[in-house]
Amino acid sequence: MSRFRPPPWLVLLLPAIIILTAVVMIPLLLSLYSSFTPYRLTRPETLYKWIGTFNYEKAMKSAHFWAAFGRTILLLTIALNLEMLMGLGLALLVNKVTYGQRALRTVMMFPMMFSPILVGFQFKFIFNDNVGLVNNALQSLGLSNVAIPWLVDGQLAFTAILVAEMWSSTSVFAILILAGLFAVPRDPIEAAKVDGCTPWQSFRHITLPYIMPFIYIALAIRSLDVARAYDIVQIMTNGGPARRTELLWTLIGRTGYVDAKMGYANAMGYISIFLAIFFTIYFFRKLNAARSELGMAG
Amino acid sequence: MNENLLHRIRGRLLKALHFVTLFIAMAIICVPGLWVVLNSFRPTVEIMAKPPVWVPGELNLDNYRAMFGAVGEGGVPVLQYFTNSLIISVTSTLIAILVGMAGGYAFARYRFKGKASIFIGLMLTRAVPGVSLSLPLFIVMAKTGLIDTHIGLILVYVALNVPFTIWLIDGFFRQVPVELAEAAEIDGCTRWQAFWKVEFPVARAGVASAGIFAFLTSWNEYALASQLTRSTFSKTMPVGLRDFTSEFTINWGGMCALAVLMIIPALILTFLVQKHLIAGLTFGGVKG
Repeated sequence: MSRFRPPPWLVLLLPAIIILTAVVMIPLLLSLYSSFTPYRLTRPETLYKWIGTFNYEKAMKSAHFWAAFGRTILLLTIALNLEMLMGLGLALLVNKVTYGQRALRTVMMFPMMFSPILVGFQFKFIFNDNVGLVNNALQSLGLSNVAIPWLVDGQLAFTAILVAEMWSSTSVFAILILAGLFAVPRDPIEAAKVDGCTPWQSFRHITLPYIMPFIYIALAIRSLDVARAYDIVQIMTNGGPARRTELLWTLIGRTGYVDAKMGYANAMGYISIFLAIFFTIYFFRKLNAARSELGMAG
Repeated sequence: MNENLLHRIRGRLLKALHFVTLFIAMAIICVPGLWVVLNSFRPTVEIMAKPPVWVPGELNLDNYRAMFGAVGEGGVPVLQYFTNSLIISVTSTLIAILVGMAGGYAFARYRFKGKASIFIGLMLTRAVPGVSLSLPLFIVMAKTGLIDTHIGLILVYVALNVPFTIWLIDGFFRQVPVELAEAAEIDGCTRWQAFWKVEFPVARAGVASAGIFAFLTSWNEYALASQLTRSTFSKTMPVGLRDFTSEFTINWGGMCALAVLMIIPALILTFLVQKHLIAGLTFGGVKG
């Protein structure tokens, strides 16, 4: 007469598991299935036609896909590295301030409150070739007398997107690294100073190892929603002009909704999901490694 | 003596350099936002002026009047969007907090097999790019009739927020000593009572900040909302921003006014919890 009683942790986790299964896992399974069909939104019956890995092969052979794929990786690599370095710099600057630090910290959080789509519009205006802030400032200062086509030229548009992305996300790094700097013990640094270390040496060998886990937390958090860049890109250039700033996400969105080729878009979507999972696992592993190192140190 | 002076000059220079760099960095952070606020009070002519008008000539509330009166260009139903955003964000946040509290408590207090992999698994669902998820969700919701409804978007946002709230709340419950709850149980509380009367009040600030984080995510989300909402009945404000754009022109003044309306609640909430938010993310990460 013994009834099965699930362990309490399972009961507690069940709601989370149910909702994530319903809203994320089941649609993803559907998307996995439909990526093997020529499914088009306009013709529902195509959902039941099995075409094997045709969509994946098509994506693998498509130059547009690889261009977008490469560009996405390039953007993520440059953006994450620069954001980390600038966040570190900003955190160190703010950490040195003795008066009014709380206010500065609050100002630093400012970009985090902005919706990515708003950031997109904002920078679309700022980089506007005719009335944008950047060109106006350059012309007023006499640095340039022609209107620089920021969002029309491929390279410049990429830079503009990078700037927007960095503006919106550097503060995440800065704030978390600042929290790490607060946790660095003073004694070893003072001991190093007495022993004649240069500021650079004590930063490199004492401060940096201590804040490394915080840097990886920031990277892990960021890697969870790097795809937010989609909003910014979609507004600023929408992958254009002529696909010159096309990212994986804008390509997927356009293929799925504008061309209505859901099967093909889902196949590419799956590739983007694996890319995201790869980034996330990579940073979580780094985080664990840094954490155990710190556990030994502390 | 001379060396002393040199040293002092170097110190001063470094200090000045530090100040200037910090000032420039802060200016870069603030200017784009302030520009939006400023533009919301200016007529479109002045925003688009060439040569630019750096110092505003006249400030007025025309954009706001047009926005709330829904008589502006295109008549964007801003109030309806605001209500939609509010209903969807608040409901999804409340549910995400309840689910996240249960999950976070499980991770903080129980030891079980496969804990680390379940945790990573939950996190990975958050890493799925919005666009890739929106395609199958669009199909599923179209079939179940949940498209263009509040409930549909609420469900999606709960799922979006649960991994993160679990992470944050887990970190906060870890900081509450186990002995507290045990003492309460010895004194005759049930586990349920011990949780609500002892552990929850200690971790309350952390739960609140997780809530605000979830609220901000739903409040600002665009990639999914833009595909899963169709009409004024369920469009949220980030999607509504696009109403100010037409094929060749953008009504910058009106858009900036809506942007300000979007930022103000976010601003207030973030200020309220900034301290706990940072603590939550770092504790959850470092001591995990």
